[in-house]
Amino acid sequence: MRRPVARTLQATAGVAAVALALTACGGGSDQGSGEDGPITLTVATFNDFGYTEEMLDAYTKEHPNVTVEHVKAATTDDARSNMTTKLAAGGEGLADIEAIEVDWLPELSQYPDLFTDLADPELEGRWVDWKVQQATTPEGKVIGYGTDIGPEAICYRSDLFEEAGLPTDREEVAELLGGEDATWEDYFAAGRKFVKKSDAAWYDSAAGTFQGMINQLPAAFEDPESGEPTDLAENTDVKDIYDEITASVDDDLSAGLEQWGDDWVAGFQADAFATMLCPAWMTGPIEQNSGGIEGWDIADVFPGGGGNWGGSFLTVPASGKNTEAAKELAAWLTAPEQQTKAFETSGTFPSQIEAQESEAVQSFTNEFFNDAPVGQIFSTRAQKIEGAPYKGAHYFAIRDEVTNALNRVDLTKSQTPDEAWDEAVEKAAALG
Amino acid sequence: MAVLTPQRSAPDAGAAGREPRRLGFSQRLGRWDVKLSPYLYISPFFILFAVTGLFPLAYTAYVSVHDWSLLGGQGDFVGLTNFSDVLAQPTFWKSLGNTLSIFVLSSVPQVLVAITIAALLDQNLRAATFWRMGVLVPYVVAPVAVSMIFGRLFADQYGLINSILTLIGMDPIAWHGDRLASHLAIATMVNYRWTGYNALIFLAAMQAVPRELYEAAVIDGAGRIRQFFSVTVPQIRATIIFVVITSTIGGLQIFDEVRMFDVYGLGGPDQNWMTTVVYLYDLAWGDQHSLGRASAVAWLLFLLIILIGLINFLVTRRISTSDAAPKTTRKSSTRGNA
Repeated sequence: MRRPVARTLQATAGVAAVALALTACGGGSDQGSGEDGPITLTVATFNDFGYTEEMLDAYTKEHPNVTVEHVKAATTDDARSNMTTKLAAGGEGLADIEAIEVDWLPELSQYPDLFTDLADPELEGRWVDWKVQQATTPEGKVIGYGTDIGPEAICYRSDLFEEAGLPTDREEVAELLGGEDATWEDYFAAGRKFVKKSDAAWYDSAAGTFQGMINQLPAAFEDPESGEPTDLAENTDVKDIYDEITASVDDDLSAGLEQWGDDWVAGFQADAFATMLCPAWMTGPIEQNSGGIEGWDIADVFPGGGGNWGGSFLTVPASGKNTEAAKELAAWLTAPEQQTKAFETSGTFPSQIEAQESEAVQSFTNEFFNDAPVGQIFSTRAQKIEGAPYKGAHYFAIRDEVTNALNRVDLTKSQTPDEAWDEAVEKAAALG
Repeated sequence: MAVLTPQRSAPDAGAAGREPRRLGFSQRLGRWDVKLSPYLYISPFFILFAVTGLFPLAYTAYVSVHDWSLLGGQGDFVGLTNFSDVLAQPTFWKSLGNTLSIFVLSSVPQVLVAITIAALLDQNLRAATFWRMGVLVPYVVAPVAVSMIFGRLFADQYGLINSILTLIGMDPIAWHGDRLASHLAIATMVNYRWTGYNALIFLAAMQAVPRELYEAAVIDGAGRIRQFFSVTVPQIRATIIFVVITSTIGGLQIFDEVRMFDVYGLGGPDQNWMTTVVYLYDLAWGDQHSLGRASAVAWLLFLLIILIGLINFLVTRRISTSDAAPKTTRKSSTRGNA
């Protein structure tokens, strides 16, 4: 009576083994399926890249054998966890073209083998130099084509400025904040003047302002040569910025709101703050949150020179079946013509020099921001950006500890600036 | 099996002729049927359990003794370093404290309120089905929607609750600043979702209590409250234990509500409301990308749940042994454990 039992078990085990083997084999990549055969390419993006159906159909007209499918994730977080999980699983289920945010690069560029090298001499000079540099691995491999960038200006509430007796005209405001050579000192000094005469705070969040300041350091938390983290306890550059911001929190310049949180969203309606660091893409959220509020404007100025916040790339995962065709499509999507159209559709500011200089971008105004010539303003701001800061594998872990320290001072008010800093130093050391 | 049978029965065929051989075969089939079928019938569960339960458990243990990054995959064998790293991190202990605190703040009121609501619903109400369905509504609402609604309620500066508190002259509560306040807020979301569900389970148990017991109690002069404690509670003890165990497991795995409580979903700048499951998530998918350490946390959490499960088991056994004792003893023991 035993034998059948053993047999059943064996059979079951056999079936299971075969099933496992089949699943394991599924991840392999095979080479291009013929140049002319009909193929479908999927493009996975998030939020709104400005790629319309008409645009993708136009590509099919030029390349009759290619059908383009567009998959959109609602948030960057969704897109990121989806992508990293699938990359970790060997690439099965990834789209042919995966959009990524600049902040994912420090991690992804550690595994350049997962991506197709997109370097192409013909495309040299298409993007601003630092945008290409961001997506280039230390070995010289280009893993992404730039789509948009986030050059920063200062957005302000002219109505609150007027009540506090400050100038309201966008050129005068630019002068007030320091004009061409604006510094963070000028910005905070103007804020101290403002809060004396107003119920509103000067800026929305200490952590958000910190983000703008830290992006101007060439190498904030790590040594670009070795990639090793700098000891936070001896990192005077970051500590100086930290001290400058916490001093401004002490002087009530901060509204103490967490960006993207419920209080922050409500703060727009409650006149909680008068200025914001304003990357090009931030104009959208400001407008959405400020229904019924009039008075937002944009000044063509940014403390400490130029600054970039965010921006995205298109990558071609190496596990795809049609990597050559996908590379061609990615190059087409990031061409100046398409990115100019994308800017008109969704306001993503192009990283392509030709697109920035185009008539469509230059003449673009934003009605909500008092008809400000946003295309022109952000083009000027983009030219001030000197380069991309170095962000290695440890960057975000350490930055998050400092951001948490700032939030403990600014948001929850549970610690003094010194206590919060000491805790950040301790936690950064424990990351290992 | 089919190949074997004729070979085995071949010697019989010559000796005893056709009739007995056939009988032997069908007899044998019958015996196989009796002996084997039960195992076959329950095997789907065990196969499924081995694939989805045992294998991940063992594999997690394997990952936890290696350097293992999310994208880089398997690294060097590091022994128990991941465990000692995690145990040395204050954040781990803080998350454990948060988990237990939120668990107590959610499970205890949840069971007490649910049993009270169930007792009220057990009365002769007009439109009973309407009220009974009503308590289930919060359970149907998606947890993320619940979190968004409560996010508006518990916002620090412009939240509804703090606005009302300020209006009546009280100090606003720092829902995201104070540790206990944040636990209360998260426990409220959990309670909102699960109280009605548990109430329905209790109600079902209460409906099964023989009505004669209440009649007898009334004749003995017991009031409503006395009836509840002396008849209802002892009669539904098994259900109470079931609800306590399920809400314990749920309470130790609170995740959605914490993820949605603020923008980053990692327990705030102080890790004041980071639960252990969220800590695990942050280790693996956050900045560190260390699946090795995350697996170590998973195993530590598993051991913790076993420990609490054991305590549950001991308590349960105590209650069920007292089942045989006279009514008065049972009552007091239930009270002691409730």
